[in-house]
Amino acid sequence: MDISKLFLAFLVGGIVCALIQVLIDLTKLTPARILVILVCFGTFLGAVGLYESLFELAGAGISVPLIGFGANVAKGVKEAVDSFGFIGIFKGPFAAASAGCTAALIFGYLACLIFKGKPKRSR
Amino acid sequence: MENSESYKRRVKVHSPHSKLLKNTLSAFLFGGIICLFGEIIANIYLLLGVKSEDVYIWVTITLILISALMTGLGVFDKIARHAGAGTLVPVTGFANSVVSCAIDNKAEGYVLGVGAKIFTVAGPVILFSLISGFIYGLIYYFLTLFI
Repeated sequence: MDISKLFLAFLVGGIVCALIQVLIDLTKLTPARILVILVCFGTFLGAVGLYESLFELAGAGISVPLIGFGANVAKGVKEAVDSFGFIGIFKGPFAAASAGCTAALIFGYLACLIFKGKPKRSR
Repeated sequence: MENSESYKRRVKVHSPHSKLLKNTLSAFLFGGIICLFGEIIANIYLLLGVKSEDVYIWVTITLILISALMTGLGVFDKIARHAGAGTLVPVTGFANSVVSCAIDNKAEGYVLGVGAKIFTVAGPVILFSLISGFIYGLIYYFLTLFI
């Protein structure tokens, strides 16, 4: 096990969360908006190639934050365009992010079958 | 009637001072620990013989499953209250939003209750990631034509 990579995962993941916490405290952005900002930022990082180098360095530190979801979208698009050409722009975006998406929706559905709901809360 | 400016000022006076430093520190710690945990299970999966390109997909799926369980049991909200962005920013926050939307809207039925409302937060996230991916795809495609 690579100890320095574990430490970097902690450090990079922590820094991303800390920066977003500052953003939340200063702007009062809703959680949904924060998540949207994170995926779009992730796609941007993936597109300019910064994500790959961060990922090499910190592994889960950058892939576990929702940035990883966006970066996967960028990766999927790039691979699809490389192998399919123009139609890849349409085929790609869902491809690489599909696992996380499917998991969240399926587990969400299963959880609502098993667990009881609480009263509504605003979001 | 109070105008909006003086109302804002009054809200500011009465709202608790944002404990910026404390919040940031706990977001750092919780977020860091979740990512560290992700990296540890990545190493475990690698040892178990999972293909290296699939390892981090399994990490994401595992974290989503754990968040779904904790959300269902009502533990997630208790942790999130202290962790703030520490649990929101990792994929745990996305999973929590999806699962809690599904559970909370169960009473409205499985199709238009759960089926539609499960996308309350997942929908925007998916839509905007697709849009940003699409824009990147267009740019990348036309760049490859000229380079």
